[in-house]
Amino acid sequence: MFYLLAALMVASAWAIVFTSNIVRMAVYLLLALSGAAGLYFLLDAELLGAVQLIVYVGGTLILIIFGVMLTSREIGMALKPKPWEGAAGVVLGIVLAGVLLLAQVYSQLPAEISSQGAGAVPGAASGGGATSGGGATVEAFGKVILGRYLLVFEVAGVLLLVVMVGAAYLARRTSWPRSAGGTQP
Amino acid sequence: MNSFLQIGLGHFVALSLLVLAAGVATVLTKRNAIGILIGVELILNAAGINLVAFNALAWPTSAEAGAAVSAAAGALGQPALDGMVFTIFLIVLAAAEAAVALAIFLNFYNNFNSIDVEKANAMRG
Repeated sequence: MFYLLAALMVASAWAIVFTSNIVRMAVYLLLALSGAAGLYFLLDAELLGAVQLIVYVGGTLILIIFGVMLTSREIGMALKPKPWEGAAGVVLGIVLAGVLLLAQVYSQLPAEISSQGAGAVPGAASGGGATSGGGATVEAFGKVILGRYLLVFEVAGVLLLVVMVGAAYLARRTSWPRSAGGTQP
Repeated sequence: MNSFLQIGLGHFVALSLLVLAAGVATVLTKRNAIGILIGVELILNAAGINLVAFNALAWPTSAEAGAAVSAAAGALGQPALDGMVFTIFLIVLAAAEAAVALAIFLNFYNNFNSIDVEKANAMRG
């Protein structure tokens, strides 16, 4: 199951790199985000999986598709990068992946982590383990988020308000002259 | 490290860094501003996978260790959910960032009649 989700995520993530159609990129992003949600479910984080599906897949992705529809004169218009730029970016990404993979293979996790964490995926290995069912996790989650992380929670709420007002202000319809190239100084 | 077939922390780290590299390559190669935003979303997702995997797997999950730790955590009243809490805030931040970025892109499109980031050079000296 992990390999299925991992293959889905990696394949769609790299498909985003290699396609230049913005609508296809959005669809591949949908697949990648859904794969991440599946991984969260696999890791016994049911609440996170649900939040990922609702907020990311249901909210952010719709927002992106709205942006695509509002900003492309014809759907499917492709903006291709300059060839050497595209090649350089892809090569740089692959090199980054290779270097990080090497670092990860040759790195040793702390002994206690690798010995204790060898229990692998909780749902598959120990049938739940420390977290007993979804309800308990959600309850504990609420206690943590409104206890230890209350300040962060409130700041996030204020941030969302600011973002809402700011985005509405920025995206309002104005009657500016539509001069291509903007105003030159 | 674990054997190859047993899914462990290393597998999740490897997956997350592959997705991270794809996000970086997307950000570097796209000329469409929304494509760059999609790359940023990929990078944030890679970070989220890492956070959740470390929270779920680097925390002891075997029976006796789990009991001991959850007893200790229960004494403090804080179960080990820190990574997942951070992932929630990460999702919130990603949503907020996407909203603001798209508003900026709309403004950009209204001004320049294009979504090509190469055209955003009005401030070039």
